[in-house]
Amino acid sequence: MSKFEYANAPESSAILNLQSRYQLFINGKFVAPKSGKYFKSINPATAKELAEFAYANNSDIDLAVKSARTALTKVWSKLPAAERGKYLFRIARILQERAREFAVAETLDNGKPIRESRDTDIPLAAQHFFYHGGWADKLDFVVKNPKPYGVVAQIIPWNFPLLMLAWKIAPALATGNTVVLKPAETTPLTAMLFAQVCQQAGLPDGVVNIITGDGATGANLVKHPGVNKIAFTGSTEVGKAIARSIADSDKVATLELGGKAANIVFNDAAIDETVEGIVNGIFFNQGHVCCAGSRLLVQEDIANELVLKLQRRVSLIRVGDPMDKNTDMGAINSAAQLQKINELVESGNKEGAQMWQSDCKLPTNGYWFAPTIFTGVSQSHRIAREEIFGPVLSVLTFRTPQEAIEKANNTQYGLSAGVWSDKGSKIMWTAKHLKAGVIWANTFNKFDAASPFGGYKESGWGREGGKHGLLAYLKAGK
Amino acid sequence: MISPGISQNVPKINSEQELRNFLKTLSPVDQVGAQARAAMLATRSIKTTSKLWAIDTAISMVDLTTLEGADTPGKIKTLCAKAVRPDPTDSSVPHVGAVCVYNDLVAIARKELDAIGGSDVPVAAVATAFPSGRASMKVKLADTKDAIESGATEIDMVIDRGAFLSGNIGLVFDEIVEIKATINELSGGRAHLKVILETGELVTYDNVRKASYLAMLAGADFIKTSTGKVNPAATAPVVLVMLEAVRDFCHDYGRMIGVKPAGGIRTTKDAIKQLVLVNETAGEKWLDPKYFRIGASSLLNDLLMQRMKMKNGYYSSANYVTID
Repeated sequence: MSKFEYANAPESSAILNLQSRYQLFINGKFVAPKSGKYFKSINPATAKELAEFAYANNSDIDLAVKSARTALTKVWSKLPAAERGKYLFRIARILQERAREFAVAETLDNGKPIRESRDTDIPLAAQHFFYHGGWADKLDFVVKNPKPYGVVAQIIPWNFPLLMLAWKIAPALATGNTVVLKPAETTPLTAMLFAQVCQQAGLPDGVVNIITGDGATGANLVKHPGVNKIAFTGSTEVGKAIARSIADSDKVATLELGGKAANIVFNDAAIDETVEGIVNGIFFNQGHVCCAGSRLLVQEDIANELVLKLQRRVSLIRVGDPMDKNTDMGAINSAAQLQKINELVESGNKEGAQMWQSDCKLPTNGYWFAPTIFTGVSQSHRIAREEIFGPVLSVLTFRTPQEAIEKANNTQYGLSAGVWSDKGSKIMWTAKHLKAGVIWANTFNKFDAASPFGGYKESGWGREGGKHGLLAYLKAGK
Repeated sequence: MISPGISQNVPKINSEQELRNFLKTLSPVDQVGAQARAAMLATRSIKTTSKLWAIDTAISMVDLTTLEGADTPGKIKTLCAKAVRPDPTDSSVPHVGAVCVYNDLVAIARKELDAIGGSDVPVAAVATAFPSGRASMKVKLADTKDAIESGATEIDMVIDRGAFLSGNIGLVFDEIVEIKATINELSGGRAHLKVILETGELVTYDNVRKASYLAMLAGADFIKTSTGKVNPAATAPVVLVMLEAVRDFCHDYGRMIGVKPAGGIRTTKDAIKQLVLVNETAGEKWLDPKYFRIGASSLLNDLLMQRMKMKNGYYSSANYVTID
């Protein structure tokens, strides 16, 4: 027992009016699924059922796509662009007003700490709508005679449920498209709350449709002939399947997929702040981040000191009840994800890397994994090549800047990277040679609606956010 | 240049060049990163039992201070009464860490404390031409001697910021070494030295880290942020950088140095944030009045009011704590 034990400081969930069952949101209304089926979403911190969600089958998908088409031709395409912008601003303001409720819902459904949903996810989601609201009537600055694609199918992951929804819906609406969105099977709650926000904002019926289901629902939505464009964030495996399934159609796609980011630390870096950045890079959101700094590349002459400082810092990470305001790391999102992490960690041990884990106490119920650091990792180890998507850091060393670049780029991915150095010129040189869509210098995991996000190689197609992100939703008209 | 030889593990510095070389080996501080870390730690939510513990710990760490030109013996005596029995209605409230006064009032404070049962409350004196430090070494030494002879067991000295900023770091170092030697000699090693960096005048976190190491190498027992006469004073990132310095110094050389933020810490919330910084930076070993003090005057009453609120369940008016 330490001297200064922080007493429990739980956020109250009373603000959330949790329904026992959520329906599909089609054509502005909550409707029972034609499938007649429902599935459960659980709270990963307790493994207890949170609520039931409707399962959308092909008939439901068809209704949703048709509703989006009707809304597009009858209403949305006829509105002046500035009017579209007004809806986005209205949604942004409602998200801010209901921020606490959304934060609570996100934490209960996803398992992430309330501090992160409160301070990161929800404010950034609102910012995304504000930012894109401003673009709606200025699209001529993006392309000449901008035209929307039409009906967009959007499939989002479980790691930042509301934020990814915002990344998808805000640019689509700003550019004049209509939407059918499918949230992840394990985290549909905030999407259904967002459906209420659409109603509250008076958004015309059918402009946004939200259907819940599993992988098959997503695959069938992608295949629906009424869909003009696909926007997907998720695993590289599913991204490839989407690319294959639309290969013989005129559908276009933006794909934001996996990553295995190199976080490069030079020996002249500000070491204490670098330690903070490494922690934020890999333990933020339990490591369920596609751009996580999961491969730490440290200059060999400071590796021992850095790892020591890192371990001391990681021991302080408070793992536990995500609703507690002092929790730094919450629950692993699902049993399946926990199994995947366990499997990769086992491979790291088998392949000869040295594992260190924080001796933090883990709760008994729910899905948990202690912050883990592997040292002595080689490029050939699976934990250096494959995305673990959990709180597991692989530490590799390098001797020269050239070697750092070679190792950093030696991956099938290229979503993000980090550089730590006190020398501006070295940062610029390194950034120039890194093959990654986002490069952070002396920081990590910082997001802004104005900054394009996306990957090289198997990390995806296209960009989201900023002016580049709008291009993904626009055709140049004649 | 003299080497202090404070502990066999602490590196001996034999010249200004050696000192310069040593300070060059320190890792830089990234301003944005340090501020972000301090801001994150400020979001810790300290409630119920941990809040009660923090309030009492903070009270025991307060260096109850009055440093006014208008200070009088009468004012010092009421301050001493407050230091020994912060809440006259509740004897479970601990006494403060120390009473901190100007030099000429040390004897009065010591006598008063002894007379009212506060012989275990030390008197700290601000010596060495506080707050500017702009005096000759002769005067600074005499100032220190005076304080010790009057009964001070803690000396809060200021560094020569002008010398530090102009690169004359050997002078800054030597002054600390000499003051420390004088204190040791006169007190028989009983008195402690707190070195005030006046971080508001050093401005950058890199400077704060360098000055912290300089002071620790020269023999400081405590490093202290500010005089309280310059703004900004004890900001959270500055305290963070200093806590990192004492943590690493202890790790590398085995000598534990204390930290004293002073200036601008007025509310219980501020004080608890400081304790969180200590807990999650230097570690719980520093959560002890021997190694962490808070220089403050108005803070104590806010701590007492919050303590009453925790005990009684309601806020009392300011008239329920004594104004001293």
